[in-house]
Amino acid sequence: MTDIQYLSPRTLDEAISAFAAAGSAARIMAGGTDLLVQMRSGAVRPGLIVDIKKIAEMTTIEETAEGGFRVGAAVPGAVLAEHPRFGKVWPGVLEAVNLIGSTQVQGRASAGGNLCNGSPAGDSVPAMIAAGAVVTLQGPNGRREMPVENVPAGPGRTNLLPGEILVSFTLPPRPKGASDAYLRMIPRTEMDIAVVGVGVSLTLKDGVCTTARVGLGAVAPTVLLVEAAAKALIGSKLDDAALNAAASACSAACRPIDDKRGTIAYRTKVAGVLLKRTAAIAAQRAAGGN
Amino acid sequence: MTKLHVSTTINGEPAEFLCEPYDTMLDALRGPLGLTGSKEGCASGDCGACSITLDDRLVCSCLMLAAEAEGHELRTIEGMAHGDKLHPLQQKFLEMAALQCGICTSGMLVASDALLQKNPRPSEEEVRFWLAGNLCRCTGYDKIVRAVLETATDMREQGIREFRQ
Repeated sequence: MTDIQYLSPRTLDEAISAFAAAGSAARIMAGGTDLLVQMRSGAVRPGLIVDIKKIAEMTTIEETAEGGFRVGAAVPGAVLAEHPRFGKVWPGVLEAVNLIGSTQVQGRASAGGNLCNGSPAGDSVPAMIAAGAVVTLQGPNGRREMPVENVPAGPGRTNLLPGEILVSFTLPPRPKGASDAYLRMIPRTEMDIAVVGVGVSLTLKDGVCTTARVGLGAVAPTVLLVEAAAKALIGSKLDDAALNAAASACSAACRPIDDKRGTIAYRTKVAGVLLKRTAAIAAQRAAGGN
Repeated sequence: MTKLHVSTTINGEPAEFLCEPYDTMLDALRGPLGLTGSKEGCASGDCGACSITLDDRLVCSCLMLAAEAEGHELRTIEGMAHGDKLHPLQQKFLEMAALQCGICTSGMLVASDALLQKNPRPSEEEVRFWLAGNLCRCTGYDKIVRAVLETATDMREQGIREFRQ
């Protein structure tokens, strides 16, 4: 590892010009919990590391005027957990972010890094997709927005353009009766990588599901938005028939790998099981039961 | 390649060191700074043996670049005792034999201290979750968890909220 440069700019403009000028040899560092491991193993050898943690916009959490949230891409999980309101409004997103690694990792790891790392098993991604979160990207050609589900392009790859940096996540305002949840299946209780991860966000009105979004992770080359599962839930009272239909839609969306963590058959079946469990938790929270 | 010059605060004292841009904070602690209490177990953030605090936030020093320390405040195991007077956690670990080979111990102590600062009355479950990123291959964890719980009780009874230099 020679000829490597470390920069910690205070403005986004500085970060982007340095990042864009360095081309494909540069890496953005938020918490560094993936990047430093990849550097250590020799998987990546960046010529330039741009540390974005001195840029205020990327490390702050704001409530938007409309009642949503804007979460900086580099906000660590532990900081998000300490926010007085975020976890009350988006308990599913928070529980997903907080599942990433240990206490030590939570002190550094961010949802922005989790998304840009491009792992199909990233825990925060299905919950962010279910939440309808939109990311703000900034690059040499200015700013643009992209729904979270459009960011992953494949294992380790994203649809960000060269020189673009993920700045923040914007989560929409929540109507009354709306909540979310995230569950993952792992062979042990903690400190592992999802075999399947499901995020569900829904709204209940008089016991009827009026909106729903379902994010499904670790069962395809990218985390998926499963619109067919959401359709099966919307308009129902989350009865068995609706939940079974949504579960089948999740299983049908799976294109998983077979590995030591789970076989294709197992991941496909568990995707459906987890959909039902996650939807039940989200519904209970939406009804005010936490 | 020119080395980077970093000015930081370690255990309450100003500190300066030179590092390569790719050096981790653990490299700097164990190398130029001569603070070898923090251990390298896995170098990938899984074992917690290199635990330190960065602005009072528990982190793995192997997952932090040394250059990032500029302007921040670090605490390591070396800052835990007051001279010869051990921190109540250190004393309890000795009394209850909450260590065997010792490799995980400084990380366990730093992490447990961070827990008790945040939550002086943790449940057993909270201790186990908090320390899930600190691996110990000797003790089976039980003695460690019990030592942390007993220390928490002692510190509350004695009204000790902070034990810092």
